[in-house]
Amino acid sequence: MKLEGRKIYQGTAKGEALVTSMGISFFGGVDPDSGIVVEKGHQLEGQAIGGKVLVFPTGKGSTVGSYTLYRLKMNGVAPAAIVNAQCETITAVGCIIAEIPCVDHIPIEQLKTGAVLQIDGERGSVEITAS
Amino acid sequence: MKLTAEEQQMLDGAQGRATQKAMEILVALGTIYAAERMVPVTSVQIAGVSYDNLGEAGLHWLSEMADGGGKTRVFTTLNPAGMDIENWQALGISEDFARNQMRVIDAFAQMNVVTTCSCTPYLIGNTPHYGQHIAWSESSAVCYANSVLGARSNREGGPSALAVALTGVTPEYGLHLEANRRPGVTLHVAAKLPDNNDFGALGVVIGQKLEQFKEKPIAYITGVDQASVEQLKSFCASVATYGGAALFHLRGITPEADHYAAPDESLAITQADLDEAQQSLSSAESDEADFVSLGCPHLTLNEIARIAELLAGKRVTKEFWITTARPIKQMADRMGYTRLIEAAGAKFAADTCCVVAPIKGRFKALITDSAKACYYASGKNKFKTIILPFDEVVLAALA
Repeated sequence: MKLEGRKIYQGTAKGEALVTSMGISFFGGVDPDSGIVVEKGHQLEGQAIGGKVLVFPTGKGSTVGSYTLYRLKMNGVAPAAIVNAQCETITAVGCIIAEIPCVDHIPIEQLKTGAVLQIDGERGSVEITAS
Repeated sequence: MKLTAEEQQMLDGAQGRATQKAMEILVALGTIYAAERMVPVTSVQIAGVSYDNLGEAGLHWLSEMADGGGKTRVFTTLNPAGMDIENWQALGISEDFARNQMRVIDAFAQMNVVTTCSCTPYLIGNTPHYGQHIAWSESSAVCYANSVLGARSNREGGPSALAVALTGVTPEYGLHLEANRRPGVTLHVAAKLPDNNDFGALGVVIGQKLEQFKEKPIAYITGVDQASVEQLKSFCASVATYGGAALFHLRGITPEADHYAAPDESLAITQADLDEAQQSLSSAESDEADFVSLGCPHLTLNEIARIAELLAGKRVTKEFWITTARPIKQMADRMGYTRLIEAAGAKFAADTCCVVAPIKGRFKALITDSAKACYYASGKNKFKTIILPFDEVVLAALA
């Protein structure tokens, strides 16, 4: 199945989906050295986002979060791609400076953790290749 | 989004790697927020300058932009750094930190950013006028520029402000559009506001009220007859910190207030609300205080003159930082204020402030007149706080 959304940042990636229905604050919410979600009470608390296709509705929190995505990339623990329902400034800027493919306007409730997703940032599409 | 031929060239990489990256950021923001086009800006102010906040990754990205040939196309200044660039030793900053902080400053300078490090650019010549499109990122200054000056800025992050500086344009959305500057709620103030800290408390109360709305409205404030530049600067810092507000209208004072009638939905603010806010900002006993700081946002020359008058011939008993912009400090030098203040044992901390300097855990409790400083002192730096009127803060440093 292929879902058509909107390009936020180019590039292609294939990886296992890590899905949450909660917003993510990268600054303070994700450890930049390990890529582990540390926000207390978050659905993904304790999980590593490195190499995953990270699927969440929208970003939140401090604009410094853009730099956190860049730091995750430098540390080799950035997500392979990001899929949002509605992207906002922090995530978009972070993906562009860290060069992480990013797509939004996707009905993310149709995506499940563990499914293998093929992301095409340029076309704004998400393909479920195995679930 | 419709791009001009030159904007498209920037996006295609014909004007270098840094400019291309900058335009990619702006096109993505324009797409997300459904902007139809870019508009030229006349001024930029960039936050994310302190090495304490940027870290090695932030510095790395800035260096990539500088090495990628990025140059500003419009007048651009910086937010406070993590130290006084000329006098960091006196503030107990480590050599390691100072070296890294200078690498950040050098990367900005390489891009022709004017390295005046201040949260009050409007006091030192980065001063937009009514109706101009600008891209600022210091939250208190964005609020001041939109509300008091009537310029038009969204609340930018560090990278997006830099992107505007390197291209000279910003996507036309949010507060750049007249339709989005319309007030949505009236806040009637029935309380006395004699000092900076009272305006800070007002910012806390209004900020918290705005946070309760699902879609945050722009505040239309009535019942405040007069406010000094210093008081407005305090209020802007507070309402931006506690309510994320980037624009308010203050009847009789700010320039766009007359364009609108007071919105029907109306909330009252009482003296009791302000008193409660003041109390909520004071968590320490006075004998616990070991740090005093004035200048959040950066002090005006007028405020520094007052500090000099109160400190003349006396001696402070606590670490006391006077934080301001470098050009204001230079005028204080010329007027003899610096000599009086330093003779009393207080320290100038130009280019920096108690929010962004690397002082986490260094002090027990801060005395200040700033509601914004209280927020960051307790959250980021783990200090207790006491908020007082301006003169009383100076007197507390002597006690």
